[in-house]
Amino acid sequence: MIRLNNLVVSYRTGRGAINAVDGVSVEIPDGCIVGIAGESGCGKSTLMKAIYGDIMSPMTLSEGGIDYGFKNERGEQITSSNIQEEWFKRISYVPQSSMNSLNPVVRVGTQFVDFPGSDLDKKRVMEQVRAYVGKLGLPQEALDAFPHQLSGGMRQRVMIALATFFQPELILADEPTTALDVVVQKEILLLLMELQEQMKNTILIVSHDMGVHYQVTNRMLIMYAAKAAEYGESEAIFRDPLHPYTRMLINSLPTIGDDRARQGIPGTPPSLWRKLSGCRFADRCPLATDKCRAEEPEFIEHRPGQWAACHYAGTEITQSGDGSWQ
Amino acid sequence: MAVILRTEGLNKVYRLGSLTRNKQIRALHDVNLNIESDEPAIISVVGESGSGKTTLAKTLLRLVEPTSGRAIVYDKVVAGKGVRPNKREFLRSIQPIFQNPFEAFSRYRPVDAYLHETATRVARLKGEEAYGAIETALASVGLEYADVRGKYSNQFSGGELQRVSIARALIPEPSLIIADEPVSMIDASRRMIIINLFLKLKLEAKRSFLYITHDLATAYYISDYVAVMNKGVIVEFGTAQSVMGNPQHDYTKLLLSSIPSTQKRWRPRVTPSSPGVVSA
Repeated sequence: MIRLNNLVVSYRTGRGAINAVDGVSVEIPDGCIVGIAGESGCGKSTLMKAIYGDIMSPMTLSEGGIDYGFKNERGEQITSSNIQEEWFKRISYVPQSSMNSLNPVVRVGTQFVDFPGSDLDKKRVMEQVRAYVGKLGLPQEALDAFPHQLSGGMRQRVMIALATFFQPELILADEPTTALDVVVQKEILLLLMELQEQMKNTILIVSHDMGVHYQVTNRMLIMYAAKAAEYGESEAIFRDPLHPYTRMLINSLPTIGDDRARQGIPGTPPSLWRKLSGCRFADRCPLATDKCRAEEPEFIEHRPGQWAACHYAGTEITQSGDGSWQ
Repeated sequence: MAVILRTEGLNKVYRLGSLTRNKQIRALHDVNLNIESDEPAIISVVGESGSGKTTLAKTLLRLVEPTSGRAIVYDKVVAGKGVRPNKREFLRSIQPIFQNPFEAFSRYRPVDAYLHETATRVARLKGEEAYGAIETALASVGLEYADVRGKYSNQFSGGELQRVSIARALIPEPSLIIADEPVSMIDASRRMIIINLFLKLKLEAKRSFLYITHDLATAYYISDYVAVMNKGVIVEFGTAQSVMGNPQHDYTKLLLSSIPSTQKRWRPRVTPSSPGVVSA
C-alpha cells in the first residue's frame, strides 16, 4: 500500500514558488493498475516524479510525504529520501519518450548490463536478459542494435523490459504509449497488463486518453489544477462519475458509431500563479454556484470507495443536442 | 459536379543510402482518389505512421514532387512531374495547417505578422482591406484581432495558437485546406473545439478539408469520406459511415479493433478486492 499524505510538490522559480501538486491524499492498494488522468499542466507528471523520488531543484517536496509501505535491506522504512537506492530494483519508471531515454551510442543489450546493483558477471546477466527479452516479444537481434535502428514500438518494449527486469513492486509509466500508433499501443498495453498479472505488482499509469484508462486500469485518480478531483474504482468512475469534470472528460471525445455532437470542455484551467479560492473547476463547470466560487470543496468519500472534491458530487449533467453541457 | 480532389496514379519513391547501395521506399503507391461533389466535403486520410499520409499531404501542397502521376484539386492540376501552376493562384486555392503550431510560427516574430503577410502577399489585399480580412478570419475561429496583435507564439496556449494558424489559412479564402494532424498536439479536452471549428467552416464558409490523422474517432466524427492508408497504398475508401461502420479490408478492421474505446474492453479486468481508503 502506497500512501500519499497531503502531498505538496512545488517548483521554486524567480517569481516565487508554485505548487504543481497541491495537497493530494490517496491510498493505493497493492497489486493493481492505477490510472492518473487530467489535462496538461494539472500536475500528473510532477506527481509521478515525486513518487519516483526524482526530486531535484527547482522541484521540492514542501509538505506532506509518501509512505511506500516497504522496508529496505537494512530494515528501514522507505521514504522520499532513500527511495533512490531502490530504483530499478523495487520501483521503476517507463518514460514517455523512449528515444530520449536510451543512450544513442550504446547498444541496447549493453544498457541492461549497466544497471546499478546488477550481477557483476556480465555474461550471466546477458543470458538472463536474452531470456527475458524473448518473453516480451523482442527479437534477439534487438539487443545488438542501437536505439535508432529500432521502431518506436520496439524501443518502448525495450523500456518496459528495462523497467520490469528486476520485477519491482511499483512501476510508474508516464504516457507510455502516447507517441505510438494505435495498433502498437494496444500491443504495448496488453503486454503491460500481462506482466502486471504475472508479477502482481502495482503500476501507476499516466495518460490523457480516457480510452486507455478504461482498457487498462483498476482504479483512477483524476487531477485538476494540481488537486485531486476524483479517485475510485475505474468501473464505478466510468459508470457513474461523481465529479462533473470527470464526466466531461469521459464524454468530451467522439466514439465511432455515436453521431452525437461533442463540445469538449470550454475554457482553460486557472493559472496556478493566481491566488485561488473556491473550487478550481468552477469557471468551467455547468453546475457552479456562488458556493463553489467561495468555498473550496473537500476531497471526501461520497460513495464507498469513491472520493471526489465537489459540492454537488453525483449531480447529473447532460449534453444537449448541439453538444453543450447543461 | 466539381472535382474536389482527384489523384491519378500518384507515386512517390524515396531513395535512401548512397548511389551504389541504395534502398527505395515507396511512400505513395498508385494512389487513385476521386471525390466529386458540389457541396464542400471533409476527406480524412487515416493510417499509422509511415503509411504515406503525410507524403500525400506534402505532394498536394507541392512540398514534394511526385515520381509519377498527378493530382487535381477543384479542376486544376496542382501536382505532377513538371507541373508548375501559378504560385499565387495555387496558394489562394490550397492552404496548409500543420501539426505543431509552435513550430509553424517563429518565436522571434509576432504572429500577426504572418497574418498580415498572408493578406498582403497571397490574397493581395491592401491597407484597410487586409485588416478587414484578418479580422473576419480571426472572428470565424473565435478570436479578436486585439487578442493577437503584437503577441509572440509563446504567449498563446497550443489550442489558441492552432486557431490562429487556421485563421491564417482562411485569409486567402482557399477552396481546400490541408490539415496534417492538426489536433494531435492539443489537449484531449480541448481537441473538439478545433474539430467542431472545421465542421462549422465547412458548413458556413464552404471550405473543403483534407484531414490527415491517426485518430479514427475524430475522423469518423467530422468526415464525409475516409481513405485508409497502409504502406503507401489506399486500402479502403468510402463514406465515413461505410468504412468505419462496415470495414471490408483487414487492415481497417485491425485499426478499428485497436482503438481503446470506453465501450468494450479488450480483455476482462480482474479487480483486486482490497479497498483503497483515503486518509484525510
